[in-house]
Amino acid sequence: MDKKISVNVCLGTTCFVMGSSNLQELIETVPAKYGDKVEVSGVPCLGLCSIDWEFSKAPYVKVDDEIIKEATVEKVLKAIDEKLKK
Amino acid sequence: MAMNTNSPKQTSHLKREILVRLIRAFLSDDFEERTRLIPYDMRPKGSEVPYRCCIYKERAILRDRTIADLGYSIEEADDSILLSDLAKKALDREEPEDHPLTVLTTACKGCVPARIYVTDLCQGCVARPCESTCKFGAISVKNGKSVIDPEKCKNCGMCVQVCPYQAITKIIVPCENACPVGAIAKDEEGHAKIDFDKCISCGKCASACPFGAVHEKSQIIDVLKQIKAGKEVIAMIAPAMIGQLPCTPQQLKDAIQKLGFADVYEVAQGADITTKNEAHEFEERLMKGAEFMTTSCCAGYNELVDKHIPEMKPFRSDTKTPLYYTAEIVKKEHPEAVTVFFSPCVAKKREALNDKNIDYVLNYEEVGAWMIALNIQVAECEGSEFKTEASAEARNYCVTGGVAKAVQSLLPEDLPTHPVIIDGLTKQSVRDLKKYAKNGVCDLGNLIEVMACTGGCLGGNSTVNAMKPALKQVTNYVNESKHIKDMEEE
Repeated sequence: MDKKISVNVCLGTTCFVMGSSNLQELIETVPAKYGDKVEVSGVPCLGLCSIDWEFSKAPYVKVDDEIIKEATVEKVLKAIDEKLKK
Repeated sequence: MAMNTNSPKQTSHLKREILVRLIRAFLSDDFEERTRLIPYDMRPKGSEVPYRCCIYKERAILRDRTIADLGYSIEEADDSILLSDLAKKALDREEPEDHPLTVLTTACKGCVPARIYVTDLCQGCVARPCESTCKFGAISVKNGKSVIDPEKCKNCGMCVQVCPYQAITKIIVPCENACPVGAIAKDEEGHAKIDFDKCISCGKCASACPFGAVHEKSQIIDVLKQIKAGKEVIAMIAPAMIGQLPCTPQQLKDAIQKLGFADVYEVAQGADITTKNEAHEFEERLMKGAEFMTTSCCAGYNELVDKHIPEMKPFRSDTKTPLYYTAEIVKKEHPEAVTVFFSPCVAKKREALNDKNIDYVLNYEEVGAWMIALNIQVAECEGSEFKTEASAEARNYCVTGGVAKAVQSLLPEDLPTHPVIIDGLTKQSVRDLKKYAKNGVCDLGNLIEVMACTGGCLGGNSTVNAMKPALKQVTNYVNESKHIKDMEEE
């Protein structure tokens, strides 16, 4: 059995206000779509927003080690699909 | 229609980014210059041009958006005025401007006027139901295709419905389409313009515009100024605020105090008074033979009645809003304090203008941006308790149906109470309300709760959290609160 893909949606204050509030739906929709191949969770601040002006690139989502800036539901699903293809 | 009012939109991302930069500019040692540089910091030389034709237009639009965040009308600001001069002016301002909405015309030009349009899918069929169904004789067939005469077309949309190929479509202007009272329309030059005599400040145009061209004039600078001056500034948070950030209500209170607020009151406290008064009033009205009564806590609805349905006034409850009672309590307990209401919507800014106990209003985007600017991690705050408890019913006011439910919970069981919920103002629900007022009767029930926003205050135009998770957070809080009936007995 292949290793699970892990998706971490940052729910720190910055990411939340800049849009991860709207990514919370992933926590329900991803398991429904991919079953146990993907593990998704909301996590406390990943610390990516505090570097200089990087708050403007929030919200951040990590798909395994890949950091997705200005994440949207579409971007995250695309990243998952690409990892599953490998 | 269940429009997704707070969907992830690039426009809100942009608006919030500017707010964070503006707040950081205020907190820096050179507010005016840092403000002037916001458009250049966001689009430095050689940067990508994500949305507009060129970097200059991007910056011009970011400049206009900053003007609204400084609290000024974009329409009235001269193109040549520097942001630094406006920042200085904002610092000297005593009172916020009266109407809270403003339109960014440079961002709005892209929309074509609303009309009925025959697409290439038209087959030029033999039946031609479009031609025969048009009451105005606006459709004729030329070169094998239906053609609409714009002089005769009244935009009724009958042809759209009858075309067997779905070849005719209605092109809409999102802001015009969303406005329940026809207060926003394109002018001769194609720019959207708000008619403030008609506008009920519901904020639906701001949510609907895909270009983010409708802005709220922010009062953030005014509030920051009061805190910097060392005033006792007190936050009054609407029930909807509880669902907005990823933390507990107690952590939220702590986080707000970290912004510099002396204390935080739940407006749910005032909602308990509204519930009691409104229940009493409803019973009294029914005894006197009234056919129905509407609630009176939604600012958008109140402005609708005042401006468009005066015949509804006798049916609207005379009870004051939860915000009114809360602000009265705060000013009584702290006569010197500056009061700031944390609002889910723009309409409450209008209510505050007419209430001497409410000094300023901030929306949740502004509060959220402020937390970002100060790097406050709400989930890591310790948390502190609210001094006065509010009931489960009061804390549920922000959910559609919550107000009627609260009022009903205090009514005698034998009183014939039939709640009707108007879940969001639309052109259709405004027509329905006009009908009830005119006929003096509502055949669906007798206790009409009206919410301007779909989903209640949680669907407000300036909320941060998505509806579903926000509702979950509010419901958790409601479930751990006491019932208003049990509190009365104590």
